[in-house]
Amino acid sequence: MSRLDRDTRLLWSLSASAVLASGLLLLIVLFLAAESWPALSRVGIQAFFFGKGWHPTEGAFDLTPMLVASLATSTLAMAVAVPFGVASALFQRFYAPVLFGQIYLWIIVLLAGTPSVVLGLWGLTTIVPLILWLAPPGTSLIAGSLILSLMIMPTVALTTDAALAALPQSHWAGAAALGLSREATIINVILPSARASIFAGSILALARALGETMVVLMVSGNVVQVPTSLFDPVRTLTANIALEMAYATGDHRSSLFVSGLALAGLVLILAIAARRSGGHVVHA
Amino acid sequence: MPDVCVAPPAAYLHVRDTLLRAAVWSATLLVGAVFAWLLADLLGQGAARIDWSFLTSAPRNAGRSGGIAPILVSTLVVVVVAIAVAAPLGLATAVLLAEVVRRGGRTERLIGLSLDVLAGIPSIVFGLFGNAFFCIWLGLGFSILAGGLTLACMVLPILIRTAESGLRMVPNDWRFGAAALGLSRAATLWQILIPAAAPALLAGLMLGIGRAMAETAALVFTSGYVDRMPSSLWDSGRAISVHIYDLSMNVAGGDQSAYASALVLIVLLIMINSAAIWLADILLVRRIKMI
Repeated sequence: MSRLDRDTRLLWSLSASAVLASGLLLLIVLFLAAESWPALSRVGIQAFFFGKGWHPTEGAFDLTPMLVASLATSTLAMAVAVPFGVASALFQRFYAPVLFGQIYLWIIVLLAGTPSVVLGLWGLTTIVPLILWLAPPGTSLIAGSLILSLMIMPTVALTTDAALAALPQSHWAGAAALGLSREATIINVILPSARASIFAGSILALARALGETMVVLMVSGNVVQVPTSLFDPVRTLTANIALEMAYATGDHRSSLFVSGLALAGLVLILAIAARRSGGHVVHA
Repeated sequence: MPDVCVAPPAAYLHVRDTLLRAAVWSATLLVGAVFAWLLADLLGQGAARIDWSFLTSAPRNAGRSGGIAPILVSTLVVVVVAIAVAAPLGLATAVLLAEVVRRGGRTERLIGLSLDVLAGIPSIVFGLFGNAFFCIWLGLGFSILAGGLTLACMVLPILIRTAESGLRMVPNDWRFGAAALGLSRAATLWQILIPAAAPALLAGLMLGIGRAMAETAALVFTSGYVDRMPSSLWDSGRAISVHIYDLSMNVAGGDQSAYASALVLIVLLIMINSAAIWLADILLVRRIKMI
């Protein structure tokens, strides 16, 4: 076999793999759409937002309570995770003694690698009883948000940390020449320069929280309702799919695919927004 | 004389600096404390249940007693299937992206976009797709094979992106040298580029294995719940993360076994990560000696 033959064959197999890998997305979208179609065509898209409650066996498919629950748990989680994540990165870069900072970074990386089902287990056995003591039933919107924030905090911390590492040393030299304190430098120079990355990291964290299933399934109670307080049990879109997929048939099953498609759309818009904002993004 | 004093009074600045410093320290301490609490619970509640027989016997009484041997086997096989499918496909796509197509060209942007979208899809949606495509359309049913293939789709973008960046880090001089020696592109790839990028490829592989092992939501409706020892790829098998979920949610009094399984899972993940770092170091040292 000649050299050219071998190279041509290599190129062909590489191209075939690439077509397969990028065609996978098309296949996924196609299958989700095909499975969603029966419900979308029979029930109509507006029934998913303005219907009469979620009673899938009686043909009522209102996703609004689940959508509200998903948005509420994940925005709340982001609101908690962002300050802690940014503070963690600032600490690790500018405050911690060297050894201490290394240990702390190690903690953040371990936390990032902890499977969500383990965080859910821990939340269910420690955080939920604490919240139950405050206000029953314990499994609630706030429990879901707190555990989610623990899960997504490393994403914010590592993204911010990477952005801080990429800043030129001259920022500090310039600030020192102006006689600025460490805190003044952080507030006036460092954070504004890292703003795009912090924003990207936060949006990415929000997307991860929206797409997370196990944590919210385990600690937030799974009652279909629009929450009126932080201590109400709620059911998110992801938890709803996980709970009902086991026995759903017909339009009911199809409506779960509709919610999956909606969820994927929502998460993708956020992911694209994060990428477009021009900051560094760390996959954690 | 015009008033040019723009700085706030020094006392205010001092208070602000102190507050920021206090906020950073207390946030960090809180995160550290929560982590210590999590670790203490995992060790305190999990370690007591773990011994040799926990790892080598079958679960009894819905997992309250007995061990996790069939669950470990199922987890291992699911992950092996996922990696065996995703790794060759991922490596080939990465080689195409890094070595063949023009950087920033239309092909690269198109493939890159679809990979980024794929990486952003929530795992439960992968579960839906896996159930509809592998279990029902391809007729694999609830099986280890269906679960493994679903996970392969999930880890594919991670494998491709890490392999691509590994290949891009190989200096161009090596490619020029190979071309000057008259090596074919295939030989350059196998003899030079892949060995040179091996640490990065391995690290990416380990990242993918870790991600696959920690996954729950995509597996519940693809590889299923059955906790018997699987006898073939077409059997349903319960992965360890699904086991933790089931024990904690559906089995009253299963918390201790759930913590023990969680501890086993985390120790496995840490071992995989350390192995990745160790292998990467060894290969890097060997490469430096070679130069």
